[in-house]
Amino acid sequence: MRSLTIDHVAGAFFIAFALLVLWETQKIPFGFLAEPGPGAMPTLLASTLLVCSVGLVLGGRSGKRAAAVQWLEWRHAAVILGTCAFMALALERLGYRVTIFIALLVLVSVLERKGWITGLVFAAGFSLGSYFLFNSLLHVPLPKGPLGL
Amino acid sequence: MVEILQNLAVGFATALSPDVLVYAFAGCLVGTLVGVLPGVGPLAGISLLLPVTFGLNATSAIVLLAGIYYGAMYGGSTTSILMRIPGEAASVMTCIDGYAMTQKGRAGPALAIAAIGSFVAGTLSVLALMLLAPPLAEFALRFGPPEHFALLILGLLVLAYMTSGPITRSLTMAALGLLLGMVGMDTMTGLFRFEYGLSELGDGIGVVPVAVGLFGVSEILLSAGRAIRTDVRAPRLRELLPDRQELRASAAPIGRGTVLGFLIGIIPGPGHIISSFVSYSIERRLSKTPERFGQGAIEGVAGPESANNSATSGALVPMLALGLPSGAVPAIMLAAMMIHGIAPGPLLIQEQPQLFWGVIASMYVGNAVLLILNLPMVGLFVNILRVPYSYLYPALLAFATLGVYAVNNSVVDVWIMAGSGFVGYVLRKLDFEIAPIILGLVLAPMLELNFRQSLAMSAGNYSIFFTRPIAAVMLAVALTLLALGLRSAFSRTARARSFLDVEPAPEPDQKQP
Repeated sequence: MRSLTIDHVAGAFFIAFALLVLWETQKIPFGFLAEPGPGAMPTLLASTLLVCSVGLVLGGRSGKRAAAVQWLEWRHAAVILGTCAFMALALERLGYRVTIFIALLVLVSVLERKGWITGLVFAAGFSLGSYFLFNSLLHVPLPKGPLGL
Repeated sequence: MVEILQNLAVGFATALSPDVLVYAFAGCLVGTLVGVLPGVGPLAGISLLLPVTFGLNATSAIVLLAGIYYGAMYGGSTTSILMRIPGEAASVMTCIDGYAMTQKGRAGPALAIAAIGSFVAGTLSVLALMLLAPPLAEFALRFGPPEHFALLILGLLVLAYMTSGPITRSLTMAALGLLLGMVGMDTMTGLFRFEYGLSELGDGIGVVPVAVGLFGVSEILLSAGRAIRTDVRAPRLRELLPDRQELRASAAPIGRGTVLGFLIGIIPGPGHIISSFVSYSIERRLSKTPERFGQGAIEGVAGPESANNSATSGALVPMLALGLPSGAVPAIMLAAMMIHGIAPGPLLIQEQPQLFWGVIASMYVGNAVLLILNLPMVGLFVNILRVPYSYLYPALLAFATLGVYAVNNSVVDVWIMAGSGFVGYVLRKLDFEIAPIILGLVLAPMLELNFRQSLAMSAGNYSIFFTRPIAAVMLAVALTLLALGLRSAFSRTARARSFLDVEPAPEPDQKQP
């Protein structure tokens, strides 16, 4: 296992993905070689991906070891991705200002440990300020939650 | 020639109208900021400002976005020279001699030469863009679906070939991007593909959320928790003047950088980055005293900085003349044009003369604005770096979310952004180049349409791709590149194998920029 390179790991993943796409593409009419239907191009591209990933695995003996990749910042990254997911969930339910306020507060005060007061001021300033700039001045429609916030 | 001057007059009338001028100025300013700030490349900057452009007319929108693009190349040099932090990937080479000059107390001249070189290169390359794009578009008017198909294949393969690393890796990325582009309604039959009941996916996966996720969010994820130095002293205005010898030494590198950057910029690939590397190595090779490079040689600043600026204009040639984006930034600009209802392609210059010539003229204006703006305000821009990253990235993330949401008022796009951010993070951790994904995503619908139209033209005969001369030549070049790339990818492996299958030495940890 330790001697697997990143090309082996990534290649295997892409092979699986290409096979999945090929499986899913069966539901779409392929048409004929002379008159390709909507399923033809996806089949062709998934096959290309399959061939490239097999090439990746076969040619991937000399690259960097997969075990050598360091994931030091993964905790930070996980919280940030979680915040993105929260924003996607909350944006139309809580409204732009409340969502961004909570997201920024979590990032600044909890993740970056900058203190609650700084976090509150920053989050409130940014969420209200950007709402004013984009919604009120530039007329970009942004979602309002219940209570019109 | 008279015609060009007339058109240019129309362009300047557009570019100098107050509102367009304001957007050119705003674009340059934001671009400089984007260039100064590490972790925010021109791509993230352009993506963030996309929602602002929705309320504008198409010309102002493209002027704004183009301003960000070339403004970022100016801004990138500032932090490279003063702090050895490349604000932007194309400025990596400037760090070497630029920072060495700072350590010798010559930061001012280094900044000035970078700005002057950028101005000269920017202006001359816009001139070349202006002269080259219209005839190229005229030539491309002869293209039918087979030629367009061949051109798209050629563009993708050139990008894959130019990208660092074995071609199998970049082709995998391109295939992945093309597959993503298959999501949504099939344009010829109206059948929905891979939409899994989500009506938002009916129009396909948007370029903006994928680009912001792959480049912007992944950058935030990679650099989270990293401390950035902010101790720096900006030079005073009177320290900026280079002496006569420095000016003389810089003239030729600026000229060479301009030509080189423009030519490399036209070719699909990360032209602005490659050209700065090539320019640096050429200057060192041509120098009578190559040992000065790395110790503060002004040629090492003048060449790469001119080259990366020139490359941005070069990159706009295929985008404006053919509708073929040569990299991720032009791809986003193309997407912005389509959002404004403008069909990119060879007809663009004829049908939208005001847009094309307005953008050209605004680039002349913008380059002058940048020169005037940047040098006196160096101190101000450097101060922006004092904003700690722990405040900066949450704000950028919020901006990204806002921008992505505002394109279609859709949270599905925010999910796509988050997902692409994760994918981009993992792929960049594994040293994959992600630009081909974006290009694939943008080009996929055109590729499919032209492929099927070609076969409809020939009643299903595939020889149509090889019997029409232009298509045949382009496909032949593409196949040659593919063969060359595959040969080097596999001979590399074979070579590695011949070393008795020894474990390669562990690579040193990647240096943090």
